Amino acid sequence: MESYFQSYGVLLGLLVAGVGLVAVAFVAARVIAPHRPSPSKLTTYECGMDPVGEGWSQTQIRYYIYAFLFVIFDVESVFLFPWATAFVRLGMQAVVEMVVFVVILAVGLLYAYRKKVLQWA
Amino acid sequence: MIPAATLPHPPLVFGPLSPELVLVGAGLLVMLIDALRPGNTGRFLASLTFAGIVAAGIAAALLWNWHGPTLVLGGMIAADRYSVFFRLVILVVAAIAVVLSQHYLERSGEYRGEYYALLLFATAGMTLITASADLIMVFLALEILSLSLYLMTGFSFRRLASAEAAMKYFLLGAFSSAFFLFGLALAYGATGTTNLAGIATRLLFTLAPTQPRGVLLPSPALALVAAAFLGIGFAFKVSVVPFHMWTPDAYQGAPTPVTAFMSAGTKVAAFAAFLRVYTVAFGPLTNDWRPILVVLAALTMVVGSVLAIAQRDVKRMLAYSSVAHAGFILTAVAAGTAEGVRDAMFYLAVYAVTIVAAFGIVMLVSVRGERNLSLDDYRGLARRSPFLGGGLAVLLLSMAGIPPTSGFVAKVAVFSAAVRAGFWPLVLVAVLASVVAAFFYLRLIVVMYMREPEVAAAPAGETVLTRLAVGLPVAATVLLGVLPGVLFDVLAHPSVLPLGGFGFGL
Repeated sequence: MESYFQSYGVLLGLLVAGVGLVAVAFVAARVIAPHRPSPSKLTTYECGMDPVGEGWSQTQIRYYIYAFLFVIFDVESVFLFPWATAFVRLGMQAVVEMVVFVVILAVGLLYAYRKKVLQWA
Repeated sequence: MIPAATLPHPPLVFGPLSPELVLVGAGLLVMLIDALRPGNTGRFLASLTFAGIVAAGIAAALLWNWHGPTLVLGGMIAADRYSVFFRLVILVVAAIAVVLSQHYLERSGEYRGEYYALLLFATAGMTLITASADLIMVFLALEILSLSLYLMTGFSFRRLASAEAAMKYFLLGAFSSAFFLFGLALAYGATGTTNLAGIATRLLFTLAPTQPRGVLLPSPALALVAAAFLGIGFAFKVSVVPFHMWTPDAYQGAPTPVTAFMSAGTKVAAFAAFLRVYTVAFGPLTNDWRPILVVLAALTMVVGSVLAIAQRDVKRMLAYSSVAHAGFILTAVAAGTAEGVRDAMFYLAVYAVTIVAAFGIVMLVSVRGERNLSLDDYRGLARRSPFLGGGLAVLLLSMAGIPPTSGFVAKVAVFSAAVRAGFWPLVLVAVLASVVAAFFYLRLIVVMYMREPEVAAAPAGETVLTRLAVGLPVAATVLLGVLPGVLFDVLAHPSVLPLGGFGFGL
């Protein structure tokens, strides 16, 4: 049990060191750096366009379905790559199973298409 | 080039998964038909869904005499009669739910084809969880059924209560999934395996290191924490106090046929997995988890029964009563004996059929959408519609545990299992809680039979199918109350116990 917690001790040490480093850097900057503000320095983006409107604003939510479909086919490729390196040795069953998996995803895409999810209207 | 046979993989025996394959296949078919031929397909898709459920039922029934290996697909799926029993219960509930849903959606005008696909996927998740012999599989199945049910709860999203119910159910459900997942990780950390029987083997060795198998573990402490976290995950799903908060809101806000489906189906499915995980994987720790379950069971029965009294909405009242029933079932689980498991199985089967029909009658009284749900709307129902009033009265008597209904037999069985395990104080609490619970069940019966109706008209629109969907469970409730042996004989055989539990099948 001791060695079990010791291995987490390393993690704790790393965490303390990481937080400490950032804290020291911030405090040092505050102490050492000269502080001479001007109106243009105090804007949100010093060398960019002036921000317009509030932080809370409406966003076009349509993108989430694209994100959705993207993630699904991303996961498909995550499965496909390891399978591609091994299916020769796994035999016909592996091929059939992957076909079933891809067909189910294709059904999903067909469904999304027929439900006009892919149209930008 | 490495020769073809060098990569070892488990033999693919899909037989014990046939009910789930049928259900998922039917679900995909429904989804495709809905996408390719949009329009008024409600009746057709409902029939197709019903056919899929019946086919899955036949596939499940055939598995009763399965002679192949008992653990298939790399130890992920158990091919035991325990799973077949629960699958059949769930499929009966699903079949009733399809009939109710078709009726509801047609009248409320909220029909969309996805509904039946979701119902089939949820059913597949429910039946899969009963057969899961690995924590990973349990988690997967739990997610399949939960995700579908979140959507079904919010299916009438234009009604604010439905959207709110779905949101609450989703957030708390996701929360409980995280607990479950954490417990799964800890169980793996403690024992080095997620296989239920494997966990038990390693734990046995921890507790009795003289046995020459497995690896030496420092202590079962981590495994106890794992059991606690997994227990919290299940407690959420079966709505055990203090993890019941979502139940009344979700049950009240969801469309009534969805409430009927999930109140019965989720409870049966989650309890099936709960029983299997606790008796198989954590069987060696029985003496450690029993006291916790005893306290939870007592709390659940008392809180559920007392809070139900204060409800004026019938759906909400039934929701609290379902919390109380989770406590009664937990009483049998807490016994931690093979007898307790059998009695819990009997109780679950009886309860599932009763509650699905009770919500079905509530739906028929609503006539269209979500109306007539307060206690006052049930005034004189027995006079206006003897069929609905009488049916609901029988079901309520069964839930209250009054002979000659099946609820009475189930309660007696559960209590006797707990007494024999030495938990008579718990049974004392349980009996008192049932007395409290009897009050609100009987109050509704009094309202239906002894109050003057405000409107003279009977709730309209029952069809032959919906009459059958609620009438048959009422008949079963009485039949099992008079002849409980029919079901107890089935449960008496040792092979209905979960594979690997109580030394069976190992």
